[in-house]
Amino acid sequence: MTYIIKKLFQIIPVLFIISFVVFIFVNVSGDPVVLMLPEDASNEEIKAMQESLGLDKPVIVQYGLFLSNVMKGQFGQSFVYKQEALPIVLERLPATFELMIAAIIISILISIPLGVLSAIKRNTFIDLFISGTSVLGKAMPNFWLGLMLMLVFSVYLQILPVSSRGSLLHLVLPAITTGTAMAAELTRMLRSQMLDVLHQDYMRTARSKGLSHFSVVYKHGLRNSLLPVITLIALNISTLVGGALVTEVVFAWPGIGQLVISAVHARDMAVVQACIFVIAIFVIGANFLADILYRVVDPRIKYR
Amino acid sequence: MKESEVLLEVKNLKTHFNTINGVVPSVEDVSFYINKGEKVAIVGESGSGKSVTSLSIMRLLSETGKIIDGSIHFCGRNLIELSEKDMRKIRGNEIAMVFQEPLSSLNPVMTVGKQIMESILLHQKTRKQNAKQQVIDLLNKVGIPRPEKVFSSYPHLLSGGMRQRVMIAMALSCQPKLIIADEPTTALDVTIQAQILSILKELSEQEEVAILLITHDLGVVAEVADRVIVMYAGQVVEQAEIFSIFDYPKHPYTKALLNSTPKLDFSQTELLSIEGTVPSPMEIPTGCRFYDRCDFSSEICKQSPELKEITDGHQVRCWLVEEAIDNRI
Amino acid sequence: MKTNQLTFLKWLKMLGSSKTGSLGAIIILTVTFTASFASFIAPHDVYEVNLNAASLPPSWMDGGESQYVLGTDRLGRDLFSRVIYGSQISLLVGISAVIVAGVIGVPIGLISGYYGGFIDSFFMRIVDANIAIPVILIALFVLGFLNPNLIMFILVVGVATWYTYARVVRSEVLSLKEREFIKAARVTGVRNSVILIRHLLPNVTSSVIVVSTLSVATTIIIESSLSFLGLGPKAITWGALLSDGRDYLATSWWIATFPGIAITITVLGIILLGDWLRDVLDPHSHV
Repeated sequence: MTYIIKKLFQIIPVLFIISFVVFIFVNVSGDPVVLMLPEDASNEEIKAMQESLGLDKPVIVQYGLFLSNVMKGQFGQSFVYKQEALPIVLERLPATFELMIAAIIISILISIPLGVLSAIKRNTFIDLFISGTSVLGKAMPNFWLGLMLMLVFSVYLQILPVSSRGSLLHLVLPAITTGTAMAAELTRMLRSQMLDVLHQDYMRTARSKGLSHFSVVYKHGLRNSLLPVITLIALNISTLVGGALVTEVVFAWPGIGQLVISAVHARDMAVVQACIFVIAIFVIGANFLADILYRVVDPRIKYR
Repeated sequence: MKESEVLLEVKNLKTHFNTINGVVPSVEDVSFYINKGEKVAIVGESGSGKSVTSLSIMRLLSETGKIIDGSIHFCGRNLIELSEKDMRKIRGNEIAMVFQEPLSSLNPVMTVGKQIMESILLHQKTRKQNAKQQVIDLLNKVGIPRPEKVFSSYPHLLSGGMRQRVMIAMALSCQPKLIIADEPTTALDVTIQAQILSILKELSEQEEVAILLITHDLGVVAEVADRVIVMYAGQVVEQAEIFSIFDYPKHPYTKALLNSTPKLDFSQTELLSIEGTVPSPMEIPTGCRFYDRCDFSSEICKQSPELKEITDGHQVRCWLVEEAIDNRI
Repeated sequence: MKTNQLTFLKWLKMLGSSKTGSLGAIIILTVTFTASFASFIAPHDVYEVNLNAASLPPSWMDGGESQYVLGTDRLGRDLFSRVIYGSQISLLVGISAVIVAGVIGVPIGLISGYYGGFIDSFFMRIVDANIAIPVILIALFVLGFLNPNLIMFILVVGVATWYTYARVVRSEVLSLKEREFIKAARVTGVRNSVILIRHLLPNVTSSVIVVSTLSVATTIIIESSLSFLGLGPKAITWGALLSDGRDYLATSWWIATFPGIAITITVLGIILLGDWLRDVLDPHSHV
């Protein structure tokens, strides 16, 4: 419990740092008003913007103002959508969330059997094949994988939809695209964990009870190998979100990724800032959850 | 020898390991038997092949180990010829094992209760609720206080002695006919050792379970066993009732082992260590395997001695003993 | 000089005994060679437009022409030559950004691990903040509002990835600090700066080498992703080529396919070499 509180307290400075860097960047890199308005903005618009941001005041006051706005969830008006930025971003969140969850599920479903198989059949052709495939999976840039999948399944075979969100079928290719790199990483990790676990004494105990090889590996071995997997997923959440952003562009998936990239191209600063904060909170939250989950699954660190 | 039913009979067991350095013959031509309810100890230094013998009986050798020859009859069935599926019905159910290191032998992420319950649910047709009650009774039986609490504890929270009690409870869970205890007290404190041994002994008598105790410690043997098998470099060198071994040891190796064990009655004048080490299985001498370390070796010892019965139930593998008998005749 | 040669030969021999390691090394050498001598290897001028030869498929297919091995894009530019030139930016950005990240991350990791306390928590919160925002997003944010040139691009990618070094070096230092030789140095009053540079730095080099190698792979993927999104350096890059090909996927599949294969092979080579280095230098770390 104290651990959870301690972890929660660590989140506060992290959010401070993020807000500070975003603020500094917006201010130092040039006139924020110019950045935040479209290039053809009129003088009146610029003036109104400057006043609303309090740009006539000292920098510290400006930062305070910025911070209080951020805490209220006010990132300013999006000039593209002509409304508050945050609701626009939050509206896109479920789509990205859906994609991420699907990607994580797919990568776990792929990596567990492959990683375990590879460890059991160590140094055989099967192991070589699985290990080779997982290195390849790590080496492929996901946007290219996405395009190739699209080429094969949507253009030539025409069995899966090309893009955008809708039925479960729409989710298949984007989820595979986002999940492949993680699946590759998890497979490698599970293999080495499993190799370690297979030689543990408790595996022999389990066999001496009369359990089949399969139950010994999956009931006793896997449970012990899964702990580092949780950590690995948590550590890679940020990379996974980054991958999802690009995948969304490839498949025209209407999530935050597509939003932020079109906002960057349109220089819609309010939306970009809101996206950064929403994603940061999402990643921090996911890491926090993984941390707690790890403690629940591993009894050995419960009382530490 | 008492007239009783043979439970386990190992005949001419040969187990080899394939390693990068070639074939390692860990067990060569080992034969012995265990009667129903009997407590037999296999004694020997590390490398003598005693653990490999026990793992061969369970057919739990690592991938590189292989039983080359011999038979292991258990209740009339040859375990070596059983399918893996039939063998699984024997493991944990009819023959159970207690291992040396209780902490690493228990799964760290599974509660103690679940781990014991696992074999009950596997081998017996009971409901989970009944199985849980059985486990709690078992924990009680092995002398664990507050069994309900221990049931849902993880192994790392228990002391070494408690963990080994859990292992014994696990071994007893399906009322096996034989428990193989592989160095069950080596990893424990001296004071705890005695407790564990007496639990093992009492329960085996109470439940009529035979015990095959694997150990390097003659003190442990004296505490538990009815009969002793002494192994050296993969062979049985002497086999006899417990009193014969302690009072009339015949093989020089057995004598040396006894001299290196402290006795409580201070009858020894000094504690002797055995010079040298067990020869590595890769470079076993052609004649008597104890030749290099034996104080009494002579020319004849360069040929392999046979295991010969010298008195009723007392077998020895040594030329000197044979000569002594021959001379007497 | 002589001993250097000997160690080099020893390493070469060790590399030769690992199939995957040598495959990685061969791939990297080939890509480096291609990038260095692109102007000699490339059969065509990369900007040479030839509308008569627009959207030609690879030479082995129906309608392909032998002078355009991998086909042409919609303006009739030779894809093979463009893929060859693409290797330059990927390697340049990959290696330079990793150096930038190392120059920032290694000292911070050393200081953070050695001094601990407030300094450590301060830097670690910055690391947390950095990790909370995907590298791609940081780069998008910065590059989207500047006019990105190559230098800027390298700096941004390097600054966004320094934390990997800081983390690895810090955890190494934390365990080194408990070792006798560091304790002895501290007790005998050796100056902190001397301990950091003379004692700790040499002991973290092998980890840093492993992390650097694997980081080049990540960085190349980040670079190509950003180029794909249209925020890369204004040059011929694999990511940009792929992005071009995306619109013609149904009609000219080769434009998007071959640059991707080039990226995959290059990254694969780096990963294989990096894995080999990790096994050789640092058998206990499996981050």
